[in-house]
Amino acid sequence: MFGKLSWAAIPFDQPIPLVTGAVVVLALLAILAWVVIAGHLPYLWREWITSVDHKKIGIMYTLLAMVMLLRGFSDAIMMRSQQAIAFHSQGYLPPEHYNQIFSAHGTIMIFFVAMPFVIGLMNLVVPLQLGVRDVAFPTLNSVGFWLTATGALLVNVSLVVGEFARTGWLPYPPLSELTYSPGVGVDYYLWSLEISGVGTLVAGINLVTTVLKLHTRGMTYMRMPMFCWTTLASSLTIVAAFPILTATLAMLILDRYFGFHFFTNEAGGNVMMFMNLIWAWGHPEVYILVLPAFGIFSEVVSTFSGKPLFGYRSMVLATMAICIISFTVWLHHFFTMGAGPDVNAIFGIASMIIAVPTGVKIYNWLFTMYGGRVRFATPMIWSIGFMVTFIIGGLTGVLVAVPPADFLLHNSLFQVAHFHNVIIGGVLFGAFAGYTYWFPKAFGFRLHEGLGKFAFWFWLVGFYVAFMPLYAVGFLGMTRRMQHYDVAEWRPWLIVAGGGAVLILIGIIFQIMQLVVSIRHREELRDRTGDPWDGRSLEWATASPPPAFNFAIMPDVSGGDAYWAMKQRARQQGLPYNEPTYRDVEMPRNSPTGFMSAFFATVMGFALIWHIWWMVAAGFVGAFATFVAFAWRDHDEYVIPAAEVARIDRANLQQRRAALSLAGSL
Amino acid sequence: MSDQVQEMNNHLDVAPGDEDEARVGPRLLGYVVGLGLAILLTATSFFVAGTDLVWQPSIPVAIIVLAIAQMGVHLVFFLHITTGPDNTNNVLALGFGLLIVFLVIGGSLWIMANLNHNMLPMDQLMQMQR
Amino acid sequence: MADTTLAFAHGDADPLRLAGESVVAHDGPAPKRIVTGYGFWIFLLSDIVMFSCFFASYAVLVGQTAGGPRGSQLFDLKNVAVETGCLLLSSFTCGLASIAAGVRSQRWFQAAMAVTCVLGLAFLALEGREFSGLVARGAGPTRSAFLSSFFALVGCHGIHVSAGILWLLTMMAQVFAKGFRADVLRRLLCFALFWHALDIIWVALFSVVYLLGSAV
Repeated sequence: MFGKLSWAAIPFDQPIPLVTGAVVVLALLAILAWVVIAGHLPYLWREWITSVDHKKIGIMYTLLAMVMLLRGFSDAIMMRSQQAIAFHSQGYLPPEHYNQIFSAHGTIMIFFVAMPFVIGLMNLVVPLQLGVRDVAFPTLNSVGFWLTATGALLVNVSLVVGEFARTGWLPYPPLSELTYSPGVGVDYYLWSLEISGVGTLVAGINLVTTVLKLHTRGMTYMRMPMFCWTTLASSLTIVAAFPILTATLAMLILDRYFGFHFFTNEAGGNVMMFMNLIWAWGHPEVYILVLPAFGIFSEVVSTFSGKPLFGYRSMVLATMAICIISFTVWLHHFFTMGAGPDVNAIFGIASMIIAVPTGVKIYNWLFTMYGGRVRFATPMIWSIGFMVTFIIGGLTGVLVAVPPADFLLHNSLFQVAHFHNVIIGGVLFGAFAGYTYWFPKAFGFRLHEGLGKFAFWFWLVGFYVAFMPLYAVGFLGMTRRMQHYDVAEWRPWLIVAGGGAVLILIGIIFQIMQLVVSIRHREELRDRTGDPWDGRSLEWATASPPPAFNFAIMPDVSGGDAYWAMKQRARQQGLPYNEPTYRDVEMPRNSPTGFMSAFFATVMGFALIWHIWWMVAAGFVGAFATFVAFAWRDHDEYVIPAAEVARIDRANLQQRRAALSLAGSL
Repeated sequence: MSDQVQEMNNHLDVAPGDEDEARVGPRLLGYVVGLGLAILLTATSFFVAGTDLVWQPSIPVAIIVLAIAQMGVHLVFFLHITTGPDNTNNVLALGFGLLIVFLVIGGSLWIMANLNHNMLPMDQLMQMQR
Repeated sequence: MADTTLAFAHGDADPLRLAGESVVAHDGPAPKRIVTGYGFWIFLLSDIVMFSCFFASYAVLVGQTAGGPRGSQLFDLKNVAVETGCLLLSSFTCGLASIAAGVRSQRWFQAAMAVTCVLGLAFLALEGREFSGLVARGAGPTRSAFLSSFFALVGCHGIHVSAGILWLLTMMAQVFAKGFRADVLRRLLCFALFWHALDIIWVALFSVVYLLGSAV
């Protein structure tokens, strides 16, 4: 009746997951109870859960990412503390548990922290920067978010019901085949990622179409903000790479569920083909993550240097070059798997070539700062921290791109340090810069600067203290994913690394404090002009937060840095303000389609994991019915009458004028 | 009157799958010609695969060329993809997709052949295990 | 002094016409039909990349018969020819349905779609029979890596055709219930793109798997 599911699935014999799971479940129930009893559910359903507004969806993506960061980071703290004490000792985490922890850590950090973070920021900002009202497919946007949330939910359920994969964040066969992983762990991984992979693909399609087809008048491709270009490149990469992940994981599912022989040892299966295909996805994936971060830095550096971005054209070329070249380097993840020197050399050279456009970008940011009046606000110091840290990480990357060097360093902690260097220094620092930069736009008040700076410094120093020792210990021969070790030489480095993790923890605590304090003091921190940083692109022309329709009238653009040009003309010419002719605005209607389809996807995913076949069928029928119901609706838009648009816009203008005259800048 | 309705008219692009032609006659003719060409190419493919009249080593190449030609016929006559300026975005996207396909398939074949060449055959490896 | 920033932001790049008559470089957001069609086109490209992975696996594993039967021993080219004919004709009738939608003829549209449906079901029936026949002969997907990759590749295409049939029936119902409304027409555009793309993939499939495979 319930397939493989039984009471034995709950880890009554393992105290750590049992207690953690119990605490989390109780906390969730408490929050749910409070929401319902305090009467917030109708508001949440109406304004957030069924919302198709790109701004709200962007905020929910980012919120998901930050919550999952806490889960992924607790896995990290557990690993660092285990390695700090497990010298000639078993530590406190038995191997079966430790293996699940490092697998969950990687899976969560890549798929449920980094991806939602960058997708959330792209969703929030890109339509505003393009001067339009929403993304190309608003309801599909909601579907994409909720499917991603489904994936995150399934991974977390594995903590309490069943187990997670023990294969690392990429489930290499034959270990991941049914023979050697007979439990449900790998299945949790597979279905969670297949489902959230659909969500990511949908987001990619949405953003490509938005950037290519939805611009306000006058905004040609070469006048788009740099963040829109990197969004385009990253989204094209999503569209081209995620199908590879879907197909490869599907092949592993066919092996596990139906006895196929894609990657088995018997009957002609080819284990190495899994590595080949999965890295053909895996390498473009890291560029999917880092390209939006590069875009964020372009925006932040130019705004806080008070200068247009240096070398816009070369930036565009470099971005699109990275997009294409990222599909030609994937073998460098398995140099040691037995390919001949000719194949290794070609991919090694390509891996070094891809560093060149990245270098171009870094020089352009430096030249943007040169001669500018640099303001060291929190977003800017995250950017400068990124520049130093990412360069170091990139250098170590070029080092391991050399096949003979990689033969010594593959799967060592040197490699671990390298990719954390570029992902944390690049993607995460970029995400934090974007978060602090666009927070006022999303919520109408700034984040507390002082606490933000503390958070940054603890993160920066903590990162170096945690990961530089790992380079050293990698050179000393330590391999990754070790549950315990006997080499005395490694111990001091690992203890220092553990200390670094604690410093990062303090940084995270500062970020949480920053959020709490900023919300408490939001009136003092309120952004009444919509332009708290003296920005250059169109999102700063709207109020903070923008009204549902973003712009009362979609702006006319005649050059790059559109909003800056408008401000300059206004300051120089001082023309009187003529109110525009307000028109009716059509907006897409909210819809429960996203939430409901994800609900049925969760049901299907859970049922597939536990082999509850009738539930799979029921879930499928439900999902199909949801889509038919959506297709059958007669009113997919609602009209905001011109009078209402006028009222909202006039109120925003009033507030902006009052704030500007208070500041004496009129 | 919504401002989005204003944008409807003079647009430079065409949606993929749409054709500018509105009259039924020429549209119908397009599909008929496409069908005819596709049938011809399919029949030729099947014939070439089974016959002894063709130089044997050329058969795989011939089949692939005929397949590519037929995919082109489908793209032009059924999907109305042209090289006109109103189709540029569509063609570019298709080109990007095809590039990725060739990189993935070509790269995988090259890599896997190289790996297999350097690896013991699997059954020999399995025998060593026992 | 008034705040003129928003004058510019409100659609007037040049309130006093200081720049003279300037050419609008870009018309604004594209119309819905183009946006929808293009978005679906991008989705199709992602689907083609997914198929290419199954093709790549097939090409790598085609020789791994594990002592079991090879393609040339298993493939019935007559059956494949009939399947190809069905799918190709269904692509043609789908085109007829598009034309019928273009002239808003309910009758011709439903007829063309019905024929497309029958041809698609015929294709699926023939393929289902082929698969069950292979399994009965001990040449199912669990026999060898070659057969696994064959069943996965051809089966993936078959699953797409099945989904297409479901979509086709839904569209017939939609047009019947709501007529040729703009959003229904956009969905028809997407459906036609999907159905034609499936035929394009079948061309690659029958050429590489069946024709090249039977020559071995």
